[in-house]
Amino acid sequence: MLIQPSVKSQVLYSTFAVTSDIVDLQRDLYDKRKGNMKKSVKPFFSPWRIIFLVVSIIVIACLGTFLLLDGKNIAVLNPQGIIASKEKDLMIFTLMLGMIVIIPVFIMLFAFAWKYREGNTKAKYTPEADGNRLIEITWWAIPLIIIGILSVVTWVSTHDLDPYKKLTSDTKALTIRVVALQWKWLFIYPDQGIATVNEVRFPEDTPVNFEITADAPMSAFWIPNLGTQTYAMNGMTSKLSLEADNVGEYRGSNTNISGEGYAEMDLKAIATTRHDFDLWVKNIAGSSSHLDWAAYEELAQPNKKQPVVYYMLHEPDLYAMIQHKYMDDQTMNTQNSDTMNHEGMN
Amino acid sequence: MWGRLSLDALPHDMITIGGVVGGGLALLAGIAAITYFKKWRWLWTNWLTSLDPKKIGVMYLVVATAMLLRGLADAAMMRAQQAVFATGDGSGPISADMFQQVFSAHGTIMIFFVAMGAIFGILNLILPLQLGARDVAFPLLNSISFWLLVAGMVLMNVSLAVGEFSTAGWLAYPPLSELQYSPGTGVDYWIWSLQIAGIGSLLSGINFLATIFTMRRAGMTLMKMPVFAWSVVGSMLLVAFAFPILTATLSMLSLDRTIGTHFFTSDMGGNPMMYVNLIWAWGHPEVYILVLPAFGIFSEIVPVFSKKRLFGYTSMVWALMAITVLSFTVWLHHFFTMGSGANVNAFFGIMTMVIAIPTGVKIFNWLFTMYRGRVKLATPMLWFMGFVVTFTIGGLTGVLMAVPGIDYQVHNSLFLVAHFHNVIIGGVVFGFFAGLAYWWPKFTGFYLHEGLGKAAFWCWLIGFLVAFLPLYVLGFMGAVRRLDSYDASLGWQGLFIVAAVGMMIILLGVLFQITQVGYSIWKRKELRASSDPWDGRTFEWSTSTPIAEYNFASLAPVMYRDDFWEQKHRSRYTKPVGLIEPIRVPKNTGIGVGIGLISAVVGFAIIWHIWWLALAAVIGGIVLVITATLREDTERIIGVDEIVATEKRLRGTK
Repeated sequence: MLIQPSVKSQVLYSTFAVTSDIVDLQRDLYDKRKGNMKKSVKPFFSPWRIIFLVVSIIVIACLGTFLLLDGKNIAVLNPQGIIASKEKDLMIFTLMLGMIVIIPVFIMLFAFAWKYREGNTKAKYTPEADGNRLIEITWWAIPLIIIGILSVVTWVSTHDLDPYKKLTSDTKALTIRVVALQWKWLFIYPDQGIATVNEVRFPEDTPVNFEITADAPMSAFWIPNLGTQTYAMNGMTSKLSLEADNVGEYRGSNTNISGEGYAEMDLKAIATTRHDFDLWVKNIAGSSSHLDWAAYEELAQPNKKQPVVYYMLHEPDLYAMIQHKYMDDQTMNTQNSDTMNHEGMN
Repeated sequence: MWGRLSLDALPHDMITIGGVVGGGLALLAGIAAITYFKKWRWLWTNWLTSLDPKKIGVMYLVVATAMLLRGLADAAMMRAQQAVFATGDGSGPISADMFQQVFSAHGTIMIFFVAMGAIFGILNLILPLQLGARDVAFPLLNSISFWLLVAGMVLMNVSLAVGEFSTAGWLAYPPLSELQYSPGTGVDYWIWSLQIAGIGSLLSGINFLATIFTMRRAGMTLMKMPVFAWSVVGSMLLVAFAFPILTATLSMLSLDRTIGTHFFTSDMGGNPMMYVNLIWAWGHPEVYILVLPAFGIFSEIVPVFSKKRLFGYTSMVWALMAITVLSFTVWLHHFFTMGSGANVNAFFGIMTMVIAIPTGVKIFNWLFTMYRGRVKLATPMLWFMGFVVTFTIGGLTGVLMAVPGIDYQVHNSLFLVAHFHNVIIGGVVFGFFAGLAYWWPKFTGFYLHEGLGKAAFWCWLIGFLVAFLPLYVLGFMGAVRRLDSYDASLGWQGLFIVAAVGMMIILLGVLFQITQVGYSIWKRKELRASSDPWDGRTFEWSTSTPIAEYNFASLAPVMYRDDFWEQKHRSRYTKPVGLIEPIRVPKNTGIGVGIGLISAVVGFAIIWHIWWLALAAVIGGIVLVITATLREDTERIIGVDEIVATEKRLRGTK
């Protein structure tokens, strides 16, 4: 640096001058502010007023919500199958566990802000306090214990709710293959030899094993009343096992954006009695619409608001052929071994 | 000659034309005003070419604010569509294609240009001062980073006028974002504006890490640093490790789209799932890149406004570092529904919940900082209280979604949308508003008007709750994200209208904030603040206001944590002597502006396949960088006399 020795003493002097000036100035300001603090006015919001305000807001919000939701299907909270109802219970359990932390936090936040407000000179004031080992250990420990409990629940429930795990039941399971297209759903019933578009029917109390793929950008198959959504991807099969407890018509949709018509990609899932289901299959099997490769290629053209269609399945290998569009030999081999490994694990 | 570019690229529908004309007029008005007042030279020498982090910081905040307004306009369009037009026959003013561009732009703008811009703005302003330093480690690199962000922002906004924006969402999952399904220029605009801005962010990250590790005042050991600086360590470590992943991922996607490789296509051996993994390996740390500095800001504000030391400093530091490390181990929770096995899903679910532990510890520590303090409910503290309320709700819904079994039922629904707005608005946005109100007087010499600030806060908080709590319920009803239309019979419209009302309340809050800034500037004499208006604890409050170009006249060593507070309040504190020596400051340079401009041209040329232009611009860039390295006259020396004179002038002492 370019300091000349002769200047050094002057430098030192001015440093003292400047730094002590700053400190004095700050002390001054601080004292002035202390003087002002004494005059501080009583706060407008007393705790009772705040509590009253909060309670009335909550009451109005609840009333409004009730009016808006009256008679509506809150699907996730209104499970119609074993998977969805396990998932709902899991959610409520986790929510309650979380409340153990949330509620004290809210209480402490408002209580401390009120009790130790600036104007309350009667409250204890310990400006130098900056830690307490015991207290700190406590709140490393409490969340740790809660998360520990939740971890166990997570591990068990994740294995229990694994979409690849087939539901077991006395009734024979039904296999339905699902193809996400732009922007509609194709359902293939390999055992019944039929196929449908945008409507899927199955008997109640019967495990339905969905095998899901796509011939479109990644989509996701979700029937909220029945539970668990799963991605549908080109050249791959995702598995999902669901069951409906009751006869009924449930809305399903695509949850993952797949292009322009994505928002309208809804489906109807209809759970019927076994008798009605068999009748329905029989009617379609006698119909004249055929689904072969040519008809499929026409169907797969992107379109919006596709109406429901029923087909007789004329190409039994259709699902495999759709997947093979995206595979070369090598990926086909890995895919097969992957599937085997996965099933081996379960 | 012009690649894919033709007159067809100009906008056709009225809303886009309106946006372009409006934006263009605002730009023209700005240019006209600068010309009329003959301020071009002033703008160039005092701001655009400046390497002073305090000025670069302000420029970052200007960009972030402008982009916030655009992002809010996008949000308002979405809310209007879903509340009013979505149940109709699709003849509303916003088509499906346009709606998808709008939400893709909204997410991209809010994360990359608003949140990142605000972070780097605050970091530039505060970090060197808090460390007791005079500058960042690499001043020129800092300017280049800023101009790269501007280049990305320009490209992003050019897409409105020339061509189109991506319709593939803010993370552009393939195969939707591949040529097969998105042949237009939209995804290319997305790639290149993020690629350029992202490289800027990476360089900033390295710069701030180097600043923290090498530029701290003597005596300021790591454990004496303000917690804000610690939060920056965490955040910038994440930038340094995560942004290269983004750069690589975007490069591969770009190669897929321009030269026909098959990294992420769904055929020919490509693997879209790899993209989803990679983008979230960046994307999840990104969330923490945003929120950690906000935690840091609150850790500064709570002690100051409680007039008490921060409770559990060591716990805070460990919690920050734990979050930093853990944030790299949870990315898979963004796609539990992709069909990983139960072991994998359970592992990532549990890791995600583990992050709640250090986050909870931080909240308890803040609360116990208030305990037995003297809590002054000024606006920064109100933002903190609002943050605790909204962020804990967001944290709770986050823990819900960390359980794979629950996520299966709420993933990609509006529940998810509500959750991440809960943590990003409640955490990041409230944090920055708190920081803005807190540090504003330091840089301007006057307070922001308190009443308008409180009005803005209440509008934001209530508007936020009204806008997003209904989305949780809608999610339970099966409403998924990104819907431009839904069937009226589903009965969702009422809640969407409530959400739109919430949006309007938020906009009212923004209006209050704009008024607040304008009014405060107008009344700056009455709102005058001292150089230490809040009785601050950290070094930035020890400087004069306005702050001298070199920040600190002398670099006296640090003795304590909260050294400045000890100076003021500990009677037996003996201030170490600092020498006043000549100071070197970097000279202004237009290199940053040049590199930004060239990057924008390269991006634009590649988007439109104008190869000669891309090549020419790349060569120009190389020449510019070589010329820049040959520059020798890069520093100015401020002599002792000038320093003493400046200090006396700024501090108003004799």
